[in-house]
Amino acid sequence: MDAVDQNIINTLQQGFPISECPYEEVAGQLGISEGDLLQRIQDLLNARLLTRFGPMYHAERLGGGLTLAAMAIAEQDFQSVSETVNKYPEVAHNYRREHQLNMWFVLATETPQRITQVIADIEKKTGYPVYNMPKEEEFFVGLKFEA
Amino acid sequence: MQTAQHNKLDAQGQIDAIDRRIIEATQAGLPLVSRPYHAVAEQVGIAPQELMQRMQAMQASGVIRRIGAVPNHYALGYKANGMSVWNVDDERVTELGQRIGQLEFVSHCYRRPRHCPDWPYNLFIMVHGRSRAETTAKVARIASLLGQYQHGHDVLYSSAILKKTGLRLKRQEK
Repeated sequence: MDAVDQNIINTLQQGFPISECPYEEVAGQLGISEGDLLQRIQDLLNARLLTRFGPMYHAERLGGGLTLAAMAIAEQDFQSVSETVNKYPEVAHNYRREHQLNMWFVLATETPQRITQVIADIEKKTGYPVYNMPKEEEFFVGLKFEA
Repeated sequence: MQTAQHNKLDAQGQIDAIDRRIIEATQAGLPLVSRPYHAVAEQVGIAPQELMQRMQAMQASGVIRRIGAVPNHYALGYKANGMSVWNVDDERVTELGQRIGQLEFVSHCYRRPRHCPDWPYNLFIMVHGRSRAETTAKVARIASLLGQYQHGHDVLYSSAILKKTGLRLKRQEK
C-alpha cells in the first residue's frame, strides 16, 4: 500500500458520486487516471484492505429487521456453533470477543418477524441461548478510518 | 423537529420492486467499470438515467446510508477494537449517548436492552485504536464524560472476524 492507495481509501470512505463516469471524477480529484483507480480498488479488495466497495443499505429503512445478538459458547463447541451461525445468510457479521459472551453477530432479515425465527432456530440447533440486543436508539454511526 | 424529519424520511423510504432489484444488483458491490451505473441499469433492465435517479432518491431518503469503501480496519492497523458497554442511568442515556457520539474516535453508539442479571449494560460504544493502550485511553475519556451516571462498564475486544459480508437481501421468487 503506497500513498496513492492511502489517499484512495481515505477519499472513498467519504462517499462516491452517482454520475455517468464517477471513477473518472474521483480519479481526477486524486490526480490519477481512471484506469489506475479501477485497478487499485480491485487490488485493495483482493488484498482485503477494503472489505467492500459500493452502496451501504440501511436495513430498517428497507422494512427489514436488524439486531445484535450474543452467545456464550464453550470452547469445545465454538467452531461448530460458529459454522452453524455463519451459514445463515441473515448473519451479516460475526465477531469473536473476549468475554463470557464470546460470539457477537449482526442479524439482518427481510422482515422484523424473521429475527425471532432465526434466533429460535439457532437456539434449537446449537442448544445455546441467544441474547437479543436490538438497538433502541442510535446516536452515531460512521467513523472514517485513516489509512 | 428532529423526530418530524425522521418520520418524513421513513415515509419516503418505501422501496418498490425495481429498487429492490437495484439493491440485489449492488449489495455485493458497485461494478469496477468506467460507467458502473450503466452496467447496473443494464442488469436491472432500466435506463441509466432512471437508475441514477432512483439511487439518488434512495440516498436522500436514507435507504442508502452512503456509497463508498469499507476498509478492513484490522488491515489498516486498527487492531485494538473494543466494544465498550456501559450501565448508564435510563434518564440520562439519550443525552449522554448524543454527546459521546460526537467524539471523533467513536464509530457506533447505540442504546440496547439490558439482560439482567447477566448483562446490565444499556449503552454500546465501539472504540477503535492501533493498540490496547490507545483504546484504553479512549475508554477512560468516555468514563469521565459519563461520570456519576454510569454504574459499571466493560470492554469486549474482538479476537477474530468470523464473518463479514454486510447486508444481503435474498433473491425473491420472480
